[in-house]
Formats: sequence, structure tokens, C-alpha cells
Amino acid sequence: MAVTLDDTIAKRQHTWSSALFSSQTFWVLIAILVACVYLSFASKAFLTPQNVFNITRNFTFTAIIALGMTFVIITGGIDLSVGSVLCLCSMVIATTMHAGAPLYVGVIAALACGLAVGLFNGVLIAYLGFPSFVVTLGILRWTKFGRHVFAIGGNEHAANLTGIPVRPIKVAVFMISSLTAAIAGIVETGWLGAVTTNIGAGMELQVIAAAVIGGASLVGGAGTAIGALVGAALIEIIRNSLGLLGINPFWQGTVIGLAIVVAVAFERVRQLRSRD
Amino acid sequence: MAVLELNNISKHFGAIHAVNDVSLSLEPGEVVGLMGDNGAGKSTLVKMIAGNYLPTLGSMKLDGKEIVLHRPVEARRHGIEIVHQDLALANNLTAAANVFLGREMKTGIGPFSILDYQGMYKRAGELFKDLKSETRPRDIIKQMSGGQRQAVAIARTMLSNAKVVLMDEPTAAISVRQVAEVLNHIKHLRDQGVAIVLISHRMPDVFSVGDRVIVLRRGRKVADKRIAQSSPEEVTGLITGAIEQV
Repeated sequence: MAVTLDDTIAKRQHTWSSALFSSQTFWVLIAILVACVYLSFASKAFLTPQNVFNITRNFTFTAIIALGMTFVIITGGIDLSVGSVLCLCSMVIATTMHAGAPLYVGVIAALACGLAVGLFNGVLIAYLGFPSFVVTLGILRWTKFGRHVFAIGGNEHAANLTGIPVRPIKVAVFMISSLTAAIAGIVETGWLGAVTTNIGAGMELQVIAAAVIGGASLVGGAGTAIGALVGAALIEIIRNSLGLLGINPFWQGTVIGLAIVVAVAFERVRQLRSRD
Repeated sequence: MAVLELNNISKHFGAIHAVNDVSLSLEPGEVVGLMGDNGAGKSTLVKMIAGNYLPTLGSMKLDGKEIVLHRPVEARRHGIEIVHQDLALANNLTAAANVFLGREMKTGIGPFSILDYQGMYKRAGELFKDLKSETRPRDIIKQMSGGQRQAVAIARTMLSNAKVVLMDEPTAAISVRQVAEVLNHIKHLRDQGVAIVLISHRMPDVFSVGDRVIVLRRGRKVADKRIAQSSPEEVTGLITGAIEQV
């Protein structure tokens, strides 16, 4: 049968399975599973309810901000303020509540603070009661805004020429990043029941690492919300298991750094292959 | 009737007269080659039509009505599209995403509307079919050939039912085989009744798809002839100044 132009145009280059295997998120997920299986044998403490709760709770803080950070990274930018925003917003909620205000007043104050540093979609997310995961997951893939975020990271000049409001969108992605930091600050304050001035210190690098391990490219133009979550999960498992295995915590940075190197190498290999 | 008419257009930058007293008209479904050496005023002229520059003197008519273009977006609203030399494509997005960049189709109501992926894939596929291009809407630009990229940039102009398309050196940076592909795209675009201004340094391109050739030299129009009545030798002479004017 002759191949018509219609067939060619309608043809999909990637099947579902090839898209899955070339996805960085998928391989990080495999790495997490392998690590979990190995660790459940290597350490008796790993697969206990307490520790699983520990991991999933600690993962939340990084994961929430990594979602916001992914927006910024896709546009080719980077947000080094999230650790400080988390601290600031934690302070806001703690001092407000210490002054006698009820929980919801503290939460609103902290979120407003996040928005003051960074403002967008905040009301939508905060007042709908933290569906931030769902919103962020959807925003990147299904909205015009998400599409434009990717376009700016791919070719800013082209985005400008096609009439995309490049500057407002750049502001908005930093607002989203700060907002997610505010949300994480609220959650973390709720867990700790106290705030110190160094809460969130160094958090930005961990969050960036999570986004990058999850497939966000530091040169812009690539990244997913699910990837950010999966990347955050891998980092927390690395941190947690090093402690359980009795390895000096100084090695944490080394191992997480190694994970980033592998993630970036993975991306390079994929790029080289697609060039052939 | 002419779709676009330029009457005694001039553009001065201080003492420099980049374009001087140029008049021309474009008919629907016509390909006009715009030629000239570097600094002859080609890009200044095109930028006035595209709304980047306001003419110092002279007037422009679209479909017989006078228009003044202050910004590129106004030109686009009037149905004047430009295909930039660097194509203005985002390499990390699909062909369909690039065709609709800045003009995405959506489904749903108000703030709850989401991108209409299926609709955009379908419409982009139809546009590529009109161009007789084997470009797949779901492919990422990064993996596409120079000819296919041109098809994406041209399809973008068809989205809005453009009346006039300005093409800036569309064949400058691609392989010989792809040049033929791009010239075919231009023919198919012309067949839809679009008036095309083809800015090119390549004589064979202008002589294979052009109906008419306009030559600028030092800001002035020195020739406006039907391709059939001219020759590459004559045009070369006009560009260099060996032939003064025809």
C-alpha cells in the first residue's frame, strides 16, 4: 500500500514505551525502587513504619518547592531565594501565632509573605486548601501559561517575536517558586512546632538538585512537575539511608552531587542520540 | 486589485536615506523577489511593511484602504505576516506547538480552559498537508530538517489567513535538497492566494518561484520587472550598478 502524505503527517515518532524509556523521570523512579529494595536488606531500620513516615514527611518540603523551582528552571532561570523565603514565611507564621492569632491567620500571613516576595495563582492555591500539587502538575502541561514557560526556555527571542509576554511570565515563575517555598514553610513549621533563623538554609541547592534529577534542564526548556517530585523522593531516600547505614553525614553532599552528575550525563547522552 | 500598495515610501535615519521614494504594489497570489546588495534598503523596506519602522514619508494601502502601522502586532492584525530569517522557533517544543506559539487553541471556559492538544495537532497537520510537507505535528523541532522547520514557520503564517507574507532569506542556511522543498512551500502558499515578498540573495530561487523581481540599490527602486522579461545577468547588473536603471 502506498504511503500517503496523511499517513506521514499522522505518524507518531515515539510509541508510549519508547517515550517512557527515554524519560529521565522513569529511570529515577527505577533508581528509587532499586535503592529501596537494597536498603530494606541493608538496614533493618529502613522499612519500619517510623522511617517510612520520616522519609515521606521530609520529602514533602523539598518536593513542594521543587515543583515551583521547576517553573523557574524551565524558563532558564534559577531561584536561589527559596530557602530564605521558606525561613521568612516560617517566621511569619510562627510570630503571628505566637502573638495569639489562630492557625488560619498565621497561614494566610505566611502565604501573603511568599506572594510579596514572589504573587501569582497564590489565592487559587492557598484558598482551595493546598491542591498545589494538582495545580502545578496541570499548569505546566495543560495551560497556555505552561506552554509559554517552555517556549521562553527554548528560544526567548522566538517567544518575543510571537507576541508572548516574556517579561511578565518571568516574574510569574519566580512568584510561583516563592509561593511554593511559603507553602513548604507553613508545612514545616507545623511539623516542627518551632522556627529557627537557619531553617531552610541550604535548601535551595537541594531543591534545584531535585528539579534537575527529575529532568529539568539548567539551560532551560525542559522539565516536568512529576519529575520534580520523583527527584525530591530520590534525594530524601539518599539522605535517609546514609544515616541509617551509619555513613558520615559529610558524604551526603557527595552522593547527592553524584546523583546530579548522573542526571546531567543522562540528559547529555539523550541529546547526543537525538542529534544522530 | 492590489492587496498591498506602497506609495512614495521613504525612511530616513538622520542624514541617511535608507529607503528613498519607493513605490510598489503586490497582487494576491504573486511572488515578488526583492533583491539588492547589503545596505540597499531591503530590510528597512520590509521592516516598514512589517510594522517595525514607521515610514518618514509616503503612504501604505492594504486592500485599497490606507493603513499606518506603529507596531508589528498591528501589521499582523491586518494580515501581514513575516517569516524571520532565524524562523523564531522554540527548539524544545513540537511542530504544532510552534505553529500555534502565542495563539494557542484552548478548550473549556474562561479560567478553566486548557490547551486543546488534539485540535492543534489536527489543524497543524492540515496546514502541513496544504504545504505538501512531510512534517509531523508531534515531532520536536530539534529533530527536524531545515526544510521542515521552514514549513513550520510558513504554516504559522497560514494560521491567520495572511494576505501578505514577507520571507527573509528563507533558503540562506539550508542544504540544496531542502531548498527545493522550501521553494515548493512558497509555491503552495502562493496557490492559496497569498502575496509573497521573497527577500533573497540567491538568483536561482527568485528566478524559479518569482513572478516579478524588484531591485533596490542605495535606497532606490531601480527595477520592477516580470521575471519572464528579465535575466539573472540583467538583475546582477542592476544590483551592482553596472546597469543604472530599467
